[in-house]
Amino acid sequence: MQIASARYARRRAANAVMLSISLAAAVFGLLWLVWILATLLINGVGSLSLTLFTESTPPPGSTGGGLLNAIYGSFMMTLIGTVIGTIVGIMAGTYLAEFGKTSRLAEVIRFVNDILLSAPSIVIGLFVYQVLVAGLFGHYSGWAGAVALSIIAIPVVTRTTEDMLRLVPNTLREAASALGSPQWKVVSMVCYRAARNGIITGVLLAVARISGETAPLLYTSFSSQFWSSDLSQALANLPVTIYQMTLNSTDPRSVELAWSGALLITVTILLLNIIARALSSLGGKQG
Amino acid sequence: MVDATSQSIGMRIGARVARRQRMADKGFRLTTQFFAVLVLVLLGGAIVSLTVGALPALRAFGLGFFVDPTWQPPKEIFGGLAPIYGTLVTSVIAMIIAVPVSFGIAIFLTELCPPMLRRPFGIAIELLAGIPSIIYGIWGFLVLGPVLQHTILPFLKATLGQLPGIGFLFSGVIYGQGIFTAGVVLAIMILPFITAITRDVFETVPPLLKESAYGLGATTWEVLWKVVLPYSRAGVVGGVMLGLGRALGETMAVAFVVGSAIKINASLLAPGTTISATIANLANSNPSQLLNSALLALGLALFVITFIVLSLAKLQLMRLQRKAGG
Repeated sequence: MQIASARYARRRAANAVMLSISLAAAVFGLLWLVWILATLLINGVGSLSLTLFTESTPPPGSTGGGLLNAIYGSFMMTLIGTVIGTIVGIMAGTYLAEFGKTSRLAEVIRFVNDILLSAPSIVIGLFVYQVLVAGLFGHYSGWAGAVALSIIAIPVVTRTTEDMLRLVPNTLREAASALGSPQWKVVSMVCYRAARNGIITGVLLAVARISGETAPLLYTSFSSQFWSSDLSQALANLPVTIYQMTLNSTDPRSVELAWSGALLITVTILLLNIIARALSSLGGKQG
Repeated sequence: MVDATSQSIGMRIGARVARRQRMADKGFRLTTQFFAVLVLVLLGGAIVSLTVGALPALRAFGLGFFVDPTWQPPKEIFGGLAPIYGTLVTSVIAMIIAVPVSFGIAIFLTELCPPMLRRPFGIAIELLAGIPSIIYGIWGFLVLGPVLQHTILPFLKATLGQLPGIGFLFSGVIYGQGIFTAGVVLAIMILPFITAITRDVFETVPPLLKESAYGLGATTWEVLWKVVLPYSRAGVVGGVMLGLGRALGETMAVAFVVGSAIKINASLLAPGTTISATIANLANSNPSQLLNSALLALGLALFVITFIVLSLAKLQLMRLQRKAGG
């Protein structure tokens, strides 16, 4: 009896110690993240002004200026990257969910897609650099940047499209087939509609993912200090501009702009994530 | 007679419509298949184009490129060992810090957290996993680096640096930017990522199993250690390796704080570099043909390393999925 209760006390003590350690770890981990967000908010909001959206990047050493050219470049490349990524991703996801299913080819594509999902983005940049910048175009180009971003968006959209189409109940497909619709009509008019919210969620997540990507742009669109709407030349964009401005940290205005640009990117991405989340929970309720 | 004719016309129209639909079906199927195969082509194309680009460097230096620590641009001598070493060491530091902490957070989220806070906390972690790495980079460069330089790094040097055996790892001048700082920033970056996966994996454990263990009188910790962890081991390992894949390939968070010195230094406090940081720092530097090829060879090495790690991660996670399915 004595021994048993001693052992029980020991087990209780071990439990308390281990759980306190995990609680401490949680606090420790969350503190870092709170610290990052707090610094970002304080520095970013402090230097936020209207000129951010109306003026282009200033020459080094001057005051004023904004990020208009970078915002525009980022917007265009993200838009084009998303369009390409959405088309390819939805089609590929449709194949995996509706046609390939468990065939060897589909299994291999699924595996490769998951690898691409977390492949280092700088390598994607090098790949596009090798093919388009060094090869086809011969110089930095906004188009190359958009292509690099689309390669990052494709796996995200493919994965969510497949997952969402698989959630569509088979009875819906069978009902449509029984009415005599060919398969392409079943997929495009029944399955896509049923999975619409989920697929839009995937696209939004892809936009969130690529709008903050820096590494793939370094070797493709690079950056530019001036206003330019020509996608076939080096194009300014937020992430690379922020990168250069931060490294140039002796210039206080540069650092200020970098912080506000960073805040802009983070807020955009958080908003996209929140909208995507809201949409997908909406889809869940309908199903 | 009339009836028979109209019937046969009807059948012919029906057959034509059916044929057209079959064609449309086939076309649709082939279109989707084309785009799906495009995903394969992208991966293959990336490997082929990087290999082709890396050939001049590999021809000049042989496979010894990957184990040679010299990097002297003026003499056109390039060896990839310093960046490869930096990539591996920063990732190891990141994992040593991030894995226990994210386990702690995952345990907190699944077992300790009051149910009311569970959802908001979980969502916050997932949102943090989506913040782009450049934000962590800026913060590491402007905020964390200087703080580490004046507080934690001198402390490490004064304590761990005095130990025999491992002391050399924490010696030398403290810059604030270096391999160790890069490891810390990487750890913070992959923390939400590993936590989110670990939590999901913990939640696949059937409640019945846990309740049985509690019913036998097990404490919370015993349930975690002897029931939840063994059951979800494959998934946890997979999640950790996914995190490792992230850390190995991460560019912007590291490029800011690693110090960008392409050499191997015994001390972790000294500046170093990683594969991705080397590539990023030399962007638009108008490199010579050979340097350009050396960078592509480094990119290829990074791709191969992460490919292996991610494949292993995926295989582990697939094992867990089969278990959950069967």
